[in-house]
Amino acid sequence: MSEERVVKLRFPADPNVLVTVRAQVREAASVVGCCSQVTSQLEIAVNEACTNIIQHAYKGDPSGEIVLEILNNGTDIIFRLTDFAKPVDPAGIKPRDLRDIRPGGLGTHFMREIMDDCSFGQLADGSGNCLEMVKKIE
Amino acid sequence: MSYKTREEGGYTVVELTGDVDLSCSIEARKVILDSLGGGRHVLVELVQVTYIDSSGVASLVEGYQAAKKNKLRFGLIGVSEAALSVIQLARLDKVFPIHATVEERLQEDG
Repeated sequence: MSEERVVKLRFPADPNVLVTVRAQVREAASVVGCCSQVTSQLEIAVNEACTNIIQHAYKGDPSGEIVLEILNNGTDIIFRLTDFAKPVDPAGIKPRDLRDIRPGGLGTHFMREIMDDCSFGQLADGSGNCLEMVKKIE
Repeated sequence: MSYKTREEGGYTVVELTGDVDLSCSIEARKVILDSLGGGRHVLVELVQVTYIDSSGVASLVEGYQAAKKNKLRFGLIGVSEAALSVIQLARLDKVFPIHATVEERLQEDG
């Protein structure tokens, strides 16, 4: 099934842009026909993905860049995030045990809980990392 | 995000307003921990919170833990739908004491 790009954004790894990213996710979800509940969840998942990149991949350096592509294949809304930080081992990105009450480590859980599929990888030339998150359109 | 504090029923009530994300969660954390640091029982009011992310939730967890360590009371009041959905996603809705109002919390305290 062919993919139609709904939006492509390139923005700095700066926490102050997260509010704008969430607004773009909301708009794209509305364009492809997601209900308000799913739209709110998508905002949470994409925000957490960006937060993880800012904190863990770029280690808080706002000069890093993030690319977000939002695609629609007719049945799913797809979020592709790319960063250009030092490659991270995808095997090390996993949710923690939520019975352990402590701050931090919730972002990956949120993403996996909300999305139908999340796949982490490294760019083929070793110049960064990529994340694809897929959610069925409801 | 903005915040203010008020004193009510023996608690310092920290009222958070707006989006609580990575750009401002450090401020939320500071006001909560500073209030507890003064030896006060703390309630965090989330009725005006339009969005909260994992870093905002982490600030609440830090408050909960600091209160427990220092034998102080801590809880959430007036949790907005947006905030509650994230707290539930983190499975923390059964961990934090959550009440609709300060009065309701005071009744439970006895």
